[in-house]
Amino acid sequence: MTRSSRRLTRLIATATAVSALAACGGSDGGGAGGGGGENEASDTGITADAIKIGAHYPLTGVAAPGYSEIPTGVDCYFDFVNAAGGVNGRQIDYVYRDDAYNPTNTSAVVNELVLQDEVFMLMGGLGTPTHSAVLDFLNGEGVPDLFVASGSLLWDNPEENPYTFGWQPDYEIEGKVIGQYIAENFPEARVGLFLQDDDFGEDGEAGVRQFIDDQIVAAERYVPGNTDVGPQLAALQAAGADFVVGFNVPSYTALSQLTALRLGYDPQWFYSNVGSDPALVGSLLANFSQGQVSDASLLDGALTTEYLAGVDTPDDPWVQLWQRVWDECESAEGELTNYRVYGMAQAYTTIQALQAAGQNPTRDGLVEAVEQAGAEFEGPALAPYRYSAERHAGVGGVKIARITGTSAEDLTPVLVTDNGDAAIEESDAEPTTPPESGIPDVQPVG
Amino acid sequence: MTRPQDTAATRGDELSSDSPTEATVGADAPSSGAGPGRSLLPRNTLLRHLLVLLLCTVGTVVLLEATDPFRNSQLAQLSYYAIAAGGLTVLTGLNGQISLGHGALMAVGAYTTALLLGGDGEPLPLPVVLLASVVTATLVGALVGVAAARLHGPYLAGATLALAVGLPGLALYFRETLGGEQGLPVQAPRAPEWFEAFIGAVSGNSATTTKWLAYVGAMCLLLTFFLLANLVRSRIGRTWRAVRDQEVAAELAGIDLGLWRVLAFVVSAACAGLGGAVLALVVRLAAPSGFTLVLSLALLTAIVIGGLGSLLGVLLGSALLVFLPPFITNLGVDLGLDNTEAAQLAPLVYGVVLVLAMVFAPAGFVGTVRQRWLAARARR
Repeated sequence: MTRSSRRLTRLIATATAVSALAACGGSDGGGAGGGGGENEASDTGITADAIKIGAHYPLTGVAAPGYSEIPTGVDCYFDFVNAAGGVNGRQIDYVYRDDAYNPTNTSAVVNELVLQDEVFMLMGGLGTPTHSAVLDFLNGEGVPDLFVASGSLLWDNPEENPYTFGWQPDYEIEGKVIGQYIAENFPEARVGLFLQDDDFGEDGEAGVRQFIDDQIVAAERYVPGNTDVGPQLAALQAAGADFVVGFNVPSYTALSQLTALRLGYDPQWFYSNVGSDPALVGSLLANFSQGQVSDASLLDGALTTEYLAGVDTPDDPWVQLWQRVWDECESAEGELTNYRVYGMAQAYTTIQALQAAGQNPTRDGLVEAVEQAGAEFEGPALAPYRYSAERHAGVGGVKIARITGTSAEDLTPVLVTDNGDAAIEESDAEPTTPPESGIPDVQPVG
Repeated sequence: MTRPQDTAATRGDELSSDSPTEATVGADAPSSGAGPGRSLLPRNTLLRHLLVLLLCTVGTVVLLEATDPFRNSQLAQLSYYAIAAGGLTVLTGLNGQISLGHGALMAVGAYTTALLLGGDGEPLPLPVVLLASVVTATLVGALVGVAAARLHGPYLAGATLALAVGLPGLALYFRETLGGEQGLPVQAPRAPEWFEAFIGAVSGNSATTTKWLAYVGAMCLLLTFFLLANLVRSRIGRTWRAVRDQEVAAELAGIDLGLWRVLAFVVSAACAGLGGAVLALVVRLAAPSGFTLVLSLALLTAIVIGGLGSLLGVLLGSALLVFLPPFITNLGVDLGLDNTEAAQLAPLVYGVVLVLAMVFAPAGFVGTVRQRWLAARARR
């Protein structure tokens, strides 16, 4: 169905690359072949020379700014792996479709991916309401549903949804780390919460309250879609909050900043990771204020959390790898952004999972591989994944940083924790560096 | 090749039985075979519709069994659009009321279904759930209809627009019961044993949940269209047309305008409720982001492109809603665009099709074809 001229050029490029390598007498196919033998069409969406992977993203509509960049990053990283020979000699064929952030559309395009395109697996499906519409279907069909792009706790439920895995730190542990940080460093602060009115705000609030329940003077919620947050911020101001923690999406970071400016309200801001990308918030600020605010300088001094090295740290070895991938990418347009970095990091984890699943992966084998080896995957994330047979939860930690201009300075080491009343500890793991080739090399499990 | 203005002119001269506005030509089409001349179909309207229903049922089974699971799922999509749009086309085409709020009425049906299927324990039988969704949407529709009966044209559009924008907000307000932004997951009903036996006997395909949902959608669609077709061809349908075309004359003839307008709204709301219920089953989720204004506008687009007031037009319009975006997207990818660009192409083409339809075929597909046919017959 989706036979594009691009794929052809990719194949030609790969063929040239492989023949060139062979001519040099040293072929370095990506990933160690598991057990030798032949490549077989071991499951739906897998042939001897290709693996088909699907995804759904908001490429059009209200949620498109920012989020629509993620798949371009994923695509470039897969191209990078393909150019080096793919996974066990198989090329990644990546198909992503638009759902406009509407669950009705998500259901339709995922039907298309699974039933028509016959993908082997889904990866990085974006959004809580959108992805919950297809959770039941994917698990009923037995399609691996790796690394959902949302910090909801819904994806960590192996009993009900054995094929679904989370990836990023969930909002609850992020909230816990934020709460503890405030309790230790701002014990006198009168804290106000600015929350998106869904599980994002709810889980974040639960985490924060574990530590500073008595410091919270107001919790205000906004409904996505309603762009007037005046009442909420006025209420926070009236309650005397001098420290505001926001669990909100980037557009509401911009709205809350502009509204606070208008109200003459100047608390210490703390935005959760989702809402704090300075580049996007800056462009949104310029957009919403019709050019009166031209950059993200309003965000200067705001606090946030991080679990991936972003484009503001160009010296980080991972960011250097992503930059290299982006520069070598044919389909790349524009600059490397944090959303593209996020996509590449997820793609990296996906390659690790495919390698762990062995030379001839099956859908169930892939799930088992992530359960068994996932906690050992060394990747760009600052804290280890929490994958096991009982847990499908992703990255288990974050660090706290202060936004300065378009970059950030670290305030804490990486803090690792888990849901519920698990303690928060400093991570003792050494910072990871990417392999020379830029492609992981995970041994097959079993 | 006659230009549209010409046909309009000939219509005025030679066709006396038509409605004053061109846009609703499709609404006044006699059902198949009712016109003068010999026909193989029976003269009695009910019998004729029953026969058509039977043929369509057989056709549907053949269609669903001859196509792959993905086409099955697309036909399920088509069915929920067409059920809701069928009600809307009767409201707008026959009674002349514009509603931008039918997406919200679908939400009422969808949420009712989600609530009834979401509880623990043995879920209620599916027909009961569907019926409850229809009843709930009907009640909401009656409320809105009472207000709508006092409004005209753009004012009515504005009021129903408010409904479309505001009603999904209730789900956010009553987060505990209605699940907030995340929505309520819907447990897809399992196919009953007779269905598996039936599919096994007919085609030997496997009776998957996807297939069962497609059948549920198709059954609801056929039943809805059968009832609507009868209604349109009855005294009620004629009264609605009278209210639409000649208010004063209708009132002089003793027709209570308000009452009939409310009735039209209630019937269309019932259809929207059923459409929403089927949507909830097929999508397996009822969430506010699924019932934005875009949905109401999509329904309106479907009936306008198909031809106001025509049930066949609704099928065509809904098919366009379901099949055009993926087709355009895949075409874009085949032409070498990347996935993102191809995805952005779909709404563009969709808009262009709508504009072209409005410019060149204001009566919609069915209405235009019928105009041409009548004009040709008049010249003979």
